[in-house]
Amino acid sequence: MSTERLKVSSNPHVRSAVTTSQIMAAVVIALLPAAGFGIYNFGIWALIHILICIASTVLTELLYELLLKKPVTIGDLSAVVTGLLLALNLPASAPWWIGVIGGVFAILVVKMLFGGIGQNFMNPALGARCFLILSFTRIMTNFPDIGDGLSGATPLAQIKAGLPVNVMNMIIGRTSGTIGETSMIAIVIGACFLILLGVIDMRIPGSYIVSFVVFLLIFSGHGFDGAYISAQLAGGGLMLGAFFMATDYTTRPITKKGQYLFGIFLGIMTGIFRLFGPSAEGVSYAIILGNLIVPLIEKITYPKAFGRGGERI
Amino acid sequence: MSEIKNRLVNGIVKENPTFVLALGMCPTLAVTTSAINGLGMGLSTMVVLALSNAIISALRKIIPDRVRIPAFIVVIASFVTIMQFVLQGFVPSLYSALGIYIPLIVVNCIILGRAESYASKNPVIPSLFDGIGMGLGFTVALTVIGAVRELLGAGEVFAVRVMPANYEPVRIFIMAPGAFFVLAVLTAGQNKLKAVLGAKGRDVSKIGSGCSSEVDCANCAEASTCAHKFIDTDAVPGESLEEGAKRREEASKIQETEKEGE
Repeated sequence: MSTERLKVSSNPHVRSAVTTSQIMAAVVIALLPAAGFGIYNFGIWALIHILICIASTVLTELLYELLLKKPVTIGDLSAVVTGLLLALNLPASAPWWIGVIGGVFAILVVKMLFGGIGQNFMNPALGARCFLILSFTRIMTNFPDIGDGLSGATPLAQIKAGLPVNVMNMIIGRTSGTIGETSMIAIVIGACFLILLGVIDMRIPGSYIVSFVVFLLIFSGHGFDGAYISAQLAGGGLMLGAFFMATDYTTRPITKKGQYLFGIFLGIMTGIFRLFGPSAEGVSYAIILGNLIVPLIEKITYPKAFGRGGERI
Repeated sequence: MSEIKNRLVNGIVKENPTFVLALGMCPTLAVTTSAINGLGMGLSTMVVLALSNAIISALRKIIPDRVRIPAFIVVIASFVTIMQFVLQGFVPSLYSALGIYIPLIVVNCIILGRAESYASKNPVIPSLFDGIGMGLGFTVALTVIGAVRELLGAGEVFAVRVMPANYEPVRIFIMAPGAFFVLAVLTAGQNKLKAVLGAKGRDVSKIGSGCSSEVDCANCAEASTCAHKFIDTDAVPGESLEEGAKRREEASKIQETEKEGE
């Protein structure tokens, strides 16, 4: 009898040379156009917010891990991505400490207390954004005037109030809003970069956007109005949310069918919040609600083991 | 006397209904938007708890076992009704702030729990003090939660401004999610405190874990396998937390090498 011992490790057995830090670096690069446009659009304060948020998330993760004597994981750059996404979700006119509180909440409460990278049940940047909106509503919904004489009203708020909007400006991004959400073009350039690299795919963003458009066609009362629909698509955080937040590896379903379902759920929830909610925007609430039902989606879309299930003959 | 003191300490520290037993979560989370609301709710519950414990204890030999729950509820509901009228008459502001949660004291599981597990088996005086102790524990917990939420969410404690004038209130703390954050952090804090005291060799052997077991953690048969015990039953007296962790790590390493060597 052989005395040689075989080591059997648990799955996954597929190995890849791609590391977490490479993926995160790709996401950071993909967010640079949106961040750059935000700085161009809102001025130096946008840059200051981005730097504060990244410093806050990285330092929180570092201090937490040092204090609790855990392995330091800031090298995987996931905290940088969280900080950058959080900053892109803040209005440039917010005071400096907003980014500090948001960063600490995102990393400490949403990420580290649930076990760190890969364990959080909710997108940390969006969790922090919703925390900030609920806590400091006035600051978080007070958007800066970018010099077009519209006194800082976001395009979505104007649509909600029944005012006309300039769709071309919205696609380019010369409107008011949070730092990173205004320019549809800059976000889509970054998203294409990620899709070409294979970091994300179109399942979630595609089903999200399509189901949102279908929801608008049915319930908005505008019917097939191209200008209205493109304004809804280009306005607010829909693009940023669909390509960069909903596709977060940790908080999306792992099954392919589940990802389509997840996208459809987000589209419907965003439509409900935008059309029937008291506020003009609803992407962040839709995505964190979606994050919460991910375990249920995975449960119903979990593939059956070979040889099981199916109809009995 | 020692029994009375024992019941009080038990209610406030060892089996604190909120932080240790995690009972009565509904009023705990709902009414602690300010320190005064927490204090009012805690004291109202304490009065009802103490009086109903005493009456139920006095009637414990008369109440037939099969209808004991309805009988307890009748006693408790009578005191809650009295309490409700007293609050409405003398502190109408608190009455309107607590709202539906006053009548809901009837179904507060702390009160029914103490009636079932203590008052129905013990004499009147200890039962009365068990109710006072438990009620005080509840009051302390609710007041602390309320004070923290009011401090962060409004910058005040007992409606007295304590934060600097330019402090921007974190409104989420006086909304429902804030209650969960504060309760979780305070519970974690007191668990940590007990663990530290336990590691330093102070006498926390009598601290119950809130599990169904009647005995405390040090004397529990399942202590070696239980995940929620407060103290290390295998701790060496006098060693610090770090030393204990190091010792256990070495022990598990030795075990692993032994396994691999097999």
